[in-house]
Order: sequence, then structure tokens, then C-alpha cells
Amino acid sequence: MSAPAPTDLRARLDAIYRTEGGRVLATLIRLLGDFDRAEDAMQDAFNAALKRWPVEGIPHNPRAWLISAGRFKAIDAMRRRVRFDAAHEDIAQSLHGQEAAPAVDAGDELPDDRLKLIFTCCHPALAADASAALTLREVCGLTTEEIARAFLASAPTIAQRIVRAKAKIRDERIPYQVPSGPELPARMNAVLAVIYLLFNEGYAASSGASLTRTELSDEAIRLGRLVAELLPEPEVLGLLALMLLHESRRAARVGADGELVLLEQQDRSRWNQALIRDGIALVERALATRRFGPYTLQAAIAAVHAEARTADETDWRQISALYAALLAMQPSPVIELNRAAAVAMHEGPAAGLALIDALLARGELRNYHLAHAARADLLRRLERGADARAAYKEALQLTKSEPERRFLEKRLRELG
Amino acid sequence: MKYICLGYIDHDAFAAMSEAEQHAMIDACCAYDDELKANGHFIGGEGLQPPNTAMSLRYANGKVVVTDGPFAETKEQLGGIMILEARDLNHAVDLISKHPGAKYGPWEIRPAADLTEMVRESEARRAAKGKR
Repeated sequence: MSAPAPTDLRARLDAIYRTEGGRVLATLIRLLGDFDRAEDAMQDAFNAALKRWPVEGIPHNPRAWLISAGRFKAIDAMRRRVRFDAAHEDIAQSLHGQEAAPAVDAGDELPDDRLKLIFTCCHPALAADASAALTLREVCGLTTEEIARAFLASAPTIAQRIVRAKAKIRDERIPYQVPSGPELPARMNAVLAVIYLLFNEGYAASSGASLTRTELSDEAIRLGRLVAELLPEPEVLGLLALMLLHESRRAARVGADGELVLLEQQDRSRWNQALIRDGIALVERALATRRFGPYTLQAAIAAVHAEARTADETDWRQISALYAALLAMQPSPVIELNRAAAVAMHEGPAAGLALIDALLARGELRNYHLAHAARADLLRRLERGADARAAYKEALQLTKSEPERRFLEKRLRELG
Repeated sequence: MKYICLGYIDHDAFAAMSEAEQHAMIDACCAYDDELKANGHFIGGEGLQPPNTAMSLRYANGKVVVTDGPFAETKEQLGGIMILEARDLNHAVDLISKHPGAKYGPWEIRPAADLTEMVRESEARRAAKGKR
């Protein structure tokens, strides 16, 4: 052990906060039995490290040191408060009893402490955006200010969401545990929804502040890996696969001019093959369980695209079959539209058009620009110029996105 | 990060408290300040004398005009300021939520602005002026 320079130590501690903060907090919540008290204790532990590590050196196992310091700081704090608030006396007494126990070592930390923390932060009683902010702060160790930058929101807005979420956890006594039995699937869905929301926040942004946004997708993948490691349920693997397969195309998604590049036109040599390999392996694992759900099927569709070396080699038959399975599981007009586009690719534009027309005749998606754009594209391929023009114009009226508008106008001009 | 915490207090309400109540409040606040100091969160701070001790000045018609009394007359007046070291905004909120003073008046928490760049630019401008 050697004493580090103060500035190095700051940087080192910040790094430890990012990588270990979630684990330290998760274990402290279990040891102290209280979210707020554990947070205080963790902050105090990091402050103690800032004071003592320059003198004593960085310990071999910083995480165990921080957990131990946090626990003793919490006991100290309770003792001090007893003088002003008799209500705390019993708690301080019970913590005092623990003091005789041997110092916390690495073995005191249970792997599913962090999983419990994720389930607490992503409890369905909390709004999804509040869960997302809370998870980033408590599990991923981001600061309120960093989360605000990533969500393009103000720091007080995010701080407020976190304050309210924590108050709700306290007031509704949301238990700090991994649910089991019949409760698990619904609770798991809430966790996966939050992770996917984080991923999409980071992935949908293609330009501008893209650098800070990328961090959100990275954190979502990190969380996905963590949950998959501790609770490898099929849909967890499916969601992780879906994220990895989307992420594999990131570099090819944006052209030199900053415009979005459609899947068919992407330079597939720029796809990240390592992520594709991981993603496909996970999809196969999830499918093999026969207990998969919508995330796995979406990942399977992404995997079929990833396996095609060129757009022409895409196995559209398999993709439409996967969409049909997805539709059976999760009826949705948007999925129906995607299936119609896939059917058009292998059975021909007329078959796809019939499906879209049936969808619109039911009154679904009439105001959805992509339905009209997809219809226009099929009419164009069927050489029904006048109908195609009318459909493109309909799509143009409905779209709010500038790149989309430019794309549709270009198509319209090409029709003459 | 540094956060500047402005603590407000209703002086009339404080004056209306019994001596024992006043002492209890002051003791609780001081004890919590000690805790903040012990944990390295308290970077600095001062309590303020009541508003009737204040002078205000402003620029009007090309001159500085000085008046006695506070800039704004409100029921709750700035009672003290504290410079807090916290990890992020939510950490600062947590620390101040536990401050006993929060029971007696609102707090405003604002991140300290990093003016390094502004000061550096200003120095460059002034240095350039000096050379001319």
C-alpha cells in the first residue's frame, strides 16, 4: 500500500464510485435496512476514504473497506442523533449490538444485493422516467447533473424526480427484495421496460448531443448484462441480445452528412461483429428455453438482419414468421405493419399491400406516416405512379421529422 | 461539487418562540453543522444579523444610491448561507433536508458556477488592452 497524491486519489475515488458505488449501496441497504440511511452511510464512507486513504494508502479491497466504513459511520450517526431524538434510540441500540460482529469483509456482500436494488428502483409503483433516473443514480453511480445532461433535462427536474421516487419508496414501504413466484414476471417486466427505455433514449438520438446520449445506451447494456448474470431469465437474455444487436449497427446508422441511414442502405462492413456474435448467442439461448417473450422475438428479428451479409440476402421469410409469432404474443398494428413490409419482401409487393390496406380499412394507423410511406413504396414497386404519389403526399402531411420529410420528398421527385 | 445553500427564516416567528424552544432549535442546528463539518461537507458559511441591520445599494441615474434596510421586505428573510460540498444536487438536497433549520424556514440550493473560463477570458481581454 502506498499513499497516493490527493488529485490522483480524487480521480481514483470517482472511478470507484462509478464502478463500485452501486454494490456498496446495495449491501449497505441490506445491512442497515433503510435506503436513506444507507445512502448517507455510503457518502460518509467515501468522505472517510478521501481523508484516510492519503495517509493509510488505498486498501486491497476498496469495496469491502467502504462497506465496513459505511456501516460504522451509520452507527456513529445514529448515536449522535439519539441525543436529539429518542425515537432513534432503539435503532441505535440494535446497531450497537452489531458492532461486536467482526469487520465486514468481501464475503459479507451478497451478489443479489444489487439485483434487489434494481428491483427497488424499478418498482412498478414508480413512474418509468423516475425509475430510470433513480436507477442511473443509485445503481450506475451517475450524478444528478450527469443524468440531466443525458436526458436533455434540467438538473432540478431530475433531482425532483429522484426525491419523489425516494419518498415513494419510503412512504409505501416498497420492500428491498427480489420478488419471487407469481410476482416475478410482472416485476421483471418493469425492470426490463426501464432498461429498454434507457437504451432507446441513448440510441434514438443520432446527432447533436449524441456523445452524452451514447452513455445512456452503454449504461442500459451494462445493466442488462448485470441482470442477465444474476437472473438469466429468457426475456432478460432476449432484451440484452436486442440491445447488443442494435448497438452493433451504431457506426453504420449515421452517414457522413449526419443523416440517418436506413437498414438496407447501411455499410454492413461497419457493423460490430463481436456484438453480433454475443447477441446471436444470447438469442439462441433464450429461444432454446421455449419460455421466451417479445424481447427475444424482436432480438431474433434483429439477428436475422445481422446474419445477412447484404440486404438482398436477408431471409425475409423467417422475418415474417417471427413477426407473426410476435403478433400472436403482443397484438399491435405497428407490428402488423412491420410484418406486411417483410411479407412484401418475399411474397411480392401485392401481398404486402393487401395486408396494409386491410389494416387501414380497419381504421388502424390512418394517421401514422410510416403506414402511408410503406404503402407508397409498395405502390411505387407495383408501378402505380399516381397512387404512389398520393400515398407519399399523405405521409408527408403526417410526418413531423425533418430527415423523414427530406426522404419522402426525394422519393416523390423520383416518381416525376 | 460546491453548492451554495441559502437558509431563510421568519424572524418574527423566531422571536415569538419561548427561550427554551429557541435554545433547542439553535442547539439542533449547531449539532447538525458539526456533523456536516466532521464529514467534510461544510466548506464555509455564516449566519446573518437580522434584516434591520442591512444596507442596500443600487445604481440609479449614474449614481450609487444607498438606502437602509434589506433589498426586499418579505416575511421570510435570508438568515444564513452555507457552502456545501456534495456529490451531486440530490446529495445536497438530502443533506439540507436533515438540517433542523429546514423546519423553521425554506432553503434554496444552487450549484456554484464555475467561472474559471470567464475569468480567464477576462484576463486575456484586460492583458490585450494593457498592451495597446
